Formats: sequence, C-alpha cells, structure tokens
Amino acid sequence: MIRILHQIFRTGIVTEPLPQEISAEVAAIGAELKAEIWKRFNRSLTIRQVDAGSCNGCELEIHAMNNAIYNCEKFGIHFTASPRFADVLLVTGPVTHNMEIALKRTYNSTPSPKLVVAVGDCGCNGGIFGETYASLGGIDKVIPVDFVIPGCPPTPTDLLRGLLQVMDKMGGKGRR
Amino acid sequence: MSVLKAAIVSALKEDARFRARHYPESVIFCVVPRAKFVEAGRVLKKAYALLAAEWATDETPYVRGYAIYACYRYGSEYLIVKSDIPLDDPVFPSLTKHFVPAYRFERQIESLMGLTADKHPDARPWIKFEDWPADAWPLRKTFDASKPLPRVQGEYKWARAEGEGIYEIPVGPVHAGIIEPGHFRFQAVGETIINLEERLGYVHKGIEKRFEALSWDEGARLAGRVSGDATVAHSLTYCMALESMTACSVPDRANWLRALFLERERIANHLGDIGAICNDVAFAFMLYQTMRLKEMLLRTNLRLFGHRFIMDRVLPGGVTADIDSQGITDILGELNYLSQEFEKLVVIIDENSSLEDRTRATGILDPETARDLGVVGLVARASGLNLDCRIQNPFPPYDRIVVNVPVLIAGDVHARVWVRVEEIRESIRIISEILTTLPEGDITTAVNAPWHDTSGFAAVEGWRGEIIYWLQAGPQGEINRCMVRDPSTLSWLGLERAVLGNIVPDFPVCNKSFNQSYSGHDL
Repeated sequence: MIRILHQIFRTGIVTEPLPQEISAEVAAIGAELKAEIWKRFNRSLTIRQVDAGSCNGCELEIHAMNNAIYNCEKFGIHFTASPRFADVLLVTGPVTHNMEIALKRTYNSTPSPKLVVAVGDCGCNGGIFGETYASLGGIDKVIPVDFVIPGCPPTPTDLLRGLLQVMDKMGGKGRR
Repeated sequence: MSVLKAAIVSALKEDARFRARHYPESVIFCVVPRAKFVEAGRVLKKAYALLAAEWATDETPYVRGYAIYACYRYGSEYLIVKSDIPLDDPVFPSLTKHFVPAYRFERQIESLMGLTADKHPDARPWIKFEDWPADAWPLRKTFDASKPLPRVQGEYKWARAEGEGIYEIPVGPVHAGIIEPGHFRFQAVGETIINLEERLGYVHKGIEKRFEALSWDEGARLAGRVSGDATVAHSLTYCMALESMTACSVPDRANWLRALFLERERIANHLGDIGAICNDVAFAFMLYQTMRLKEMLLRTNLRLFGHRFIMDRVLPGGVTADIDSQGITDILGELNYLSQEFEKLVVIIDENSSLEDRTRATGILDPETARDLGVVGLVARASGLNLDCRIQNPFPPYDRIVVNVPVLIAGDVHARVWVRVEEIRESIRIISEILTTLPEGDITTAVNAPWHDTSGFAAVEGWRGEIIYWLQAGPQGEINRCMVRDPSTLSWLGLERAVLGNIVPDFPVCNKSFNQSYSGHDL
C-alpha cells in the first residue's frame, strides 16, 4: 500500500492545462455556455460511444481522452455505459451492414434531446472503406448527424476541441 | 529437406506437385488433387504441424475455377497446400476433423466464397449474417460489391442449454465500454459459466473484397486500417508479402526502422492492456499509471514520426519516416525513464495480493487446448506454446537481433499479464539495440509491379501475435486476392474455452486479458 501511495504522490497531478488554441475558443464561448450547460445539462455532458464498424483506432484515442493527461471529466464530459443516460452519441464508422440495425436501436434508445457526433474520417464519409455491400459509408447514411470530428484517427486534442464545440451547439440550437 | 515437405512427399508421392511462382521461396507451396486435400492435412498433423490459415480464391480471371488453400506451420517452416475446385462443383473436403481452427475458417469460406465444406459439423454461416441473401458470396468475382445488400428474413441458431436453473445472458453487440462490437451469449448456472458462444462479424467492412478494387499502393493504407491498434504490424506484413513477389530488396535502414515502429507499437499496446486488466479487477490506479506512460510514447511518435500510432509510415519499398541523432537520443532517454517508472509499477503489481487473487487461476487456457485451437502470439506464450515469428521465422532485422520471449504455462489471466510485462522489458531492450546499430542509408526504394499470376506470403509478429498476408496478382498484375489472417481469428477460439467454469463477473477481465481484435477478425 505504501508503494501505491508513494507512486501517487510522486506522480502528482499530470493533467495538462488546455492547449492554447482551445483555451481561446473556450474563452470565446465563455460564461454564456457555462451557464447554459449548468442549466440544461446539470453541469455535465454524458456520452455514449458506439463503434459502428471502426478499425479500433478512434476508440484508442477516445480512451486516451479519459487518461489523466487529458482528463476530459474536468470539462464535465463523461462516458456512460447506457444510451438511455446519454446526451450525446459519439459514433465511429464506417457503419457496416451488420451494425446498421444495432446503431439505429441505440439511437432510438437515447432520450431526446440528443446529439450525434460522427468521429473519424470513416465516420464522416466511410474513409478508405468507401460504400460497398458491407460498408454503408458515413454515419449520416443511417442516423442524423449533428457534428463531425474528422481525422484518422482524430487526436485526443481534436476530440476535446470538437466536443467543446458540441457543448456550444447544445446550448444554442439544433438539438433533437 | 524440410520436415513438412518430407511428410507430404512420403504420403502423397507424385500426387503432390511443388510449384514455383510463389514467394518467398522459403515458403513451400504444393498443389494436391482435391481428393487428397484432407490426406495432406492428416499427414502434416502427424508431423506436428499446426494449421495457420485456410482460405479460398476465385481464379476465374485466369480461366480456372476456384481454389482452396491451407497454410501449415511447424517450427520455422510454412507450407501451403492448394487444391483446385471446379466451378460446377464448388465443394471442398473439410479439415475440421483434424484441425479445430478450420472450424471457423471453413464456415467463413462457405459464407463469403460459397464453397461448401463437405462433412463440416456446423453449417451455420459465419460473418455473413442471417439477413444476407443466401447467394451473396462477396469474394466471388461475379459479385458486385458496389451495391448495398438487401435484407432477407432469417434467424441464427444459437447453441442452447436446458435444465433447472440454467439461464442465458446475451451481451452486445453494443458493449458498455469504449470497445468494438460483438455478441457474447452465456449459459450460466448461478454465477458459473457453462457455455459461451461468440458471434462476431458486426464490423465486417468487406476489407478483403475492398483490396481487389485498390492499387497495390493504396492496399498498404487499407492494411494499416484492418486493426487500428496494430497498424504498423498489418501494413508491414502486407508490404513484406508484396515485396517478396516483386523481388524488392528493402534498404537495410528501412528494415531496422520498421522493427523500431513495431516494437514501439508493442510496448504501447501492452502498457494499455496491463492497465486495463488491472482496472477490470477494480485496481484503477494501475490504469492511470500505465496510460500516462502510453501517452508519453504516443506523443513521441507524433513528434518524431508524424503520427501517434505511426500509421501509414510503412509503405511498399520502405518507410516514410526517418530518425535523426537527436531523435535517437530522445527515444533512448524516454526508454530509460519508461523503464524506471515501469519497474516501480511492476513491483506494485507483483506485491498486490488482491490483484493476484483475482487474476491467478482465472480464465485458464491449458497448454493442450491452446495447441488444439492453434492460438498464437501472447495468448499462446501464456499457455506454454513457444510461438513467435521474430524467432521462428525471423524477417530482417530480427535475423540479427536476439529476441527472448517469455513462455509461461499457467495459461491464466495472471500469465497473460506477466507475458506482457516481460515483453515490454524485452522490447525496451530491443529498441535500444536497434537505435545503437541503426545502419545509414536510404529508407525507401522503388517497387516493381508484380508479375501476373504470382503470389506472395508474409508473416509478422505483431503485438497480438502472428499476422499473415497472402497476396495474389491477377492476369493484369492487379490485386486478385488479398487474404488477411489476424491473430484474433485463431485466438478468439481460446476465449470461449478459457471462461468455462469461471464466474460471469470475471468475463470482462478474461476478455481483456486476451484483448483480441474484432475488426481484424471480421475484416
């Protein structure tokens, strides 16, 4: 036990401050957004991640968002095990023929208001897998998409920046 | 003469024809009549060979019929047996009686190529879901892959268990965590699992068919996206198979850089896995610690090589990222820090009795079963099988690096954690060796187009285990077939057996200790 405590104290807090360009954006979104999130979403954004056919690259980076260095929970972003508790579906693609029904069911299980964020180049347009018998292409072929975060895969910083913009959008318009 | 070739020759005599135009020449390639396909398997089994892969091709572009292939492995030898299948009688004899892994390979061949496995015990499709039209066989040349599939009525027949107190737990395809989709169905009595049936195929993206629509260069990008966590290993295997067909001699510096990328990928994934396994037995501290170290490696990758997972940096003919002396110093310094930090964590893992209590004797895959199932990679090495392509089939530069892999026999979660610990230590040492001996020179060379009707093979030890690619050039020198065999195809079979008799709440940690790829399996 003493080793564990020693390691914890020795490691200290490794969470980084926001990268400069994001800090500027957050500042721009400002107090208005914060008030909005506090009011409408009880101070937090709850995400259900759905892999609709990805190669697992995007999942690794979404995992990384949860590590101590990015620590997405400090922005009130956290991941839930059930779509029924989710505000946002974070979907990676391409949507496969075999996942189409499961994705639609997950979407229908998520209570409104909800937002769908497509992640990765494949989630945006099918990427290198294209549109074939097995790959239907981007997420928007199957469920309505409100926001996209491109990249192959997007870095944790890209993901955080994207999600902060989503929060901005949730405060305003466009919620289903 | 090779052991496997001798076995084939003594049993089949002149029925076995050894053919050229298959590369590299160290991989023995022989053609046998369809009626002798199983006989070949039987004698190879008696010679202690394992079935590494089985696949089918549609060779109508060469005005031939279909063909069935089986790749066997024994020590450092690979041997491929081919049998031609006539177009008007698309049936091949099943190897399942002799080799358990053929069970899924053959269901897959039947589902995607439409060749019927004669005397196969299980006629249910695999990867092809019940709502696909029965005559949709995507790997056939007559299939139009650009059109979406219509859905039809159909139902999958699950294995059933009946009796007092037995209940079923269906899980997935959408899982509770941030992981890939797949379906697991448990039959349990109380908390004890008496049967687990996996059903995979949800992330079937039609990768093998997609290859046939791409150029050889684009193929390398697609190979890098078969399983995103093993992007270096997959693109490397593809490139090596292509280079073997085209007699391309990769500059030595590129070989060493490829090994550097491969070992960095291994360390990063093993770190993540060790943390995640500990997290699944409620020891979250370790997850945060290992993820911190993993993030450090990924950032260095981004800074030095331009991508966090080093994706698209291995291309046919070489690599596209180089390293300078400052980069070498940075990596050596980073490894030194990593090693110190990691060893502190290893002591904590080793001394933590609650962790040991949850991982020891949990999810045991005994050596005998592991061999029967033909599992590969770290799963095999935790179950007493000494299998590692870097040792048995050393591709450059591993022919000049001594690799010591740990082999444990317990086959439980604890052993799979410990194999990873030892492999991280070994990879740190290997990287230091690579960086101190890195030769000067070019990092890329031109690759010619392959000759028509040649085929190439490569096997690479990725972090999960042996990855195999088999490429075939068509009549115009285009990609006629690209067979991908991710280690997961074999090792997923091990999970079904390892969880038997365990309690349902231990399934996540058992699954995590295997950490097989869904995308690499479903293709």
